[in-house]
Amino acid sequence: MKKTTKNLINIALLLLMFVGLYFLEQHFGRRSMLITVLKKGAIYALIAVSMNLLNGFTGLFSLGQAGFMLVGAYTYAVLTIPMAKRMAVYQYYDGGIINFTVPTIVGILAAGALAALLAMLIGMPVLRLKSDYLAIATLGFAEIIRAIIQWDTLGPITNGSNLLKTYPTFKSVIPVFAAATICIGVIVLLINSTYGRAFKAIRDDEIAAEAMGINLFHHKQMAFIISSFFAGIGGALLAMYQGSLQANAFKASMTYEILLIVVIGGMGSVTGSVIASFLFIACSEWWLRFLDTETYLFGGTVKLPLLRSGFRMVVFSVVIMIVVLFFRKGIMGEKELWDLFTPKKKKEGIKP
Amino acid sequence: MSRNVLHVENVTMQFGGVVAVNNLSMDINEGEIVALIGPNGAGKTTAFNCVTGVYEPTNGRIDYMGKTIVENYPSGKMKRSYAGENAGLYTKRVVNTPDKITALGIARTFQNIRLFKSQTVFNNVLIAMHMRRTSNVFSATFRLNMKEENQMRQEAMELLKIVGLEGVADELATSLPYGQQRRLEIVRALATHPKLLLLDEPAAGMNPQETEELGAFIKEIKDRFNLTVFMIEHHMNLVMGISDRIYVIDFGKQIAEGTPEEVRDNPAVIAAYLGVDEE
Repeated sequence: MKKTTKNLINIALLLLMFVGLYFLEQHFGRRSMLITVLKKGAIYALIAVSMNLLNGFTGLFSLGQAGFMLVGAYTYAVLTIPMAKRMAVYQYYDGGIINFTVPTIVGILAAGALAALLAMLIGMPVLRLKSDYLAIATLGFAEIIRAIIQWDTLGPITNGSNLLKTYPTFKSVIPVFAAATICIGVIVLLINSTYGRAFKAIRDDEIAAEAMGINLFHHKQMAFIISSFFAGIGGALLAMYQGSLQANAFKASMTYEILLIVVIGGMGSVTGSVIASFLFIACSEWWLRFLDTETYLFGGTVKLPLLRSGFRMVVFSVVIMIVVLFFRKGIMGEKELWDLFTPKKKKEGIKP
Repeated sequence: MSRNVLHVENVTMQFGGVVAVNNLSMDINEGEIVALIGPNGAGKTTAFNCVTGVYEPTNGRIDYMGKTIVENYPSGKMKRSYAGENAGLYTKRVVNTPDKITALGIARTFQNIRLFKSQTVFNNVLIAMHMRRTSNVFSATFRLNMKEENQMRQEAMELLKIVGLEGVADELATSLPYGQQRRLEIVRALATHPKLLLLDEPAAGMNPQETEELGAFIKEIKDRFNLTVFMIEHHMNLVMGISDRIYVIDFGKQIAEGTPEEVRDNPAVIAAYLGVDEE
């Protein structure tokens, strides 16, 4: 297949996806479970792919994703709360000290930019570490970021540990998918570029990569910054999805959730991460919800055993264990979806 | 006399209390094939690693094309425990990371093959060309560098054709037979446009026929790319067959130097390899 036809097919598929989404939304309504899951799934897909860029493609085991999402979410929320509402939101800090509001799109880009800037600063010391030590250090930094944002002295900017709300959000599923698709598309393009190849070389063999003239630190930092940029944008989208924002929600467990998605989808597979995040979100928000409610059968005479609040997580853990046992390399391994359709030839698929 | 390519001067590498390379000096001139031989554990690979920047020598200096690329003197804790010679001769510290040294024109292969495992044969070569890119990450991502990218791909394919690997370009690098993996490693090194090629035991694990072919191959690429070759090797047939000069080291120290004939008849070399009769 020629490259141009391939691109046309991809564009057609994307258009089809958006048309499909539009009709789904019309049919089920914006507040339906399906649409909610799709929204959150798309956001998690972006964040998981950004983490995969670092953990799966560059081989840097970083656990700082929640921290960068937090920075992105706060940057977005703080910059876009309308002036009229600031007094109410920052009620304990006399309306805060930020006296301007930026448009939504600028807010999202600023979210990515600030997360990237922070990654650059953190990366300088941290990226000299390897494997587990890098994971510990990034995890630590993520926690530090959370603590700093909740710091009372920064209250006039971040509203301390109080809620941020009334910033612009999206109502339809289309803009979320558009943003996520563009971002994931950019990451895919990067991965298939000469820089992407260098990242994979570093993952495969650092010593050989360095002997081939690839500056390790430079490239690791680049991957770290780009990954954090998209994590920041993902954080901003997540803030929009939630409608209100509190730093406390961005705990290390959030990073683990995303790591789980990446591992289940397959380290080094973009489509794997995307598929896994939709499955993960659907399971945890929707399909397994019934396990959490006490259910009575036969007109309320027989109570189904085990079903109670929290049981969902037990089943969920079992599902994850099954996946890890039977799909050692994740659902997709290192393959991409389009590899499955192109019979064992080239590996250079160009999606979005 | 042709130009000096690599000048190694009094290089000592000490790990803790072990002197792995002791006061090693050698010169490699343009267009030569020079071999470094010695019994197991003599410090050959350590010497290589000093040249390519993987290790920082404890003492000594290395020049490439008349320019100092590595220089060091015992300092810190090593100052007291230094057991080599020529302490105090060098006072500067010049450090270059391996990628910078490769960029200067010294490429290497590895004793245990280190190909990029998850990548195809073609991509392995392509990755080595990343070093000479002119695009930045932005232009590369948004495909504004298609001309350079196509050029890189074309050149990579040509290199693969030279070594007869073009048929397996889309195979995974690790799926190749051993001998071809060795060749691929050499081609990958060539893709960085080196002037000096360092080969760390290129014939390790090869049978006599493969070794013979490899010898011819090394000579061929040397002429074709105007290379200077510096190699570590155990196969004496290969070493004696293609090298212009040989350095022999044992326990980190140089014990002989000269043409293959001179080295072959050198009693010190025979003693190092076969042991000395005690009586």
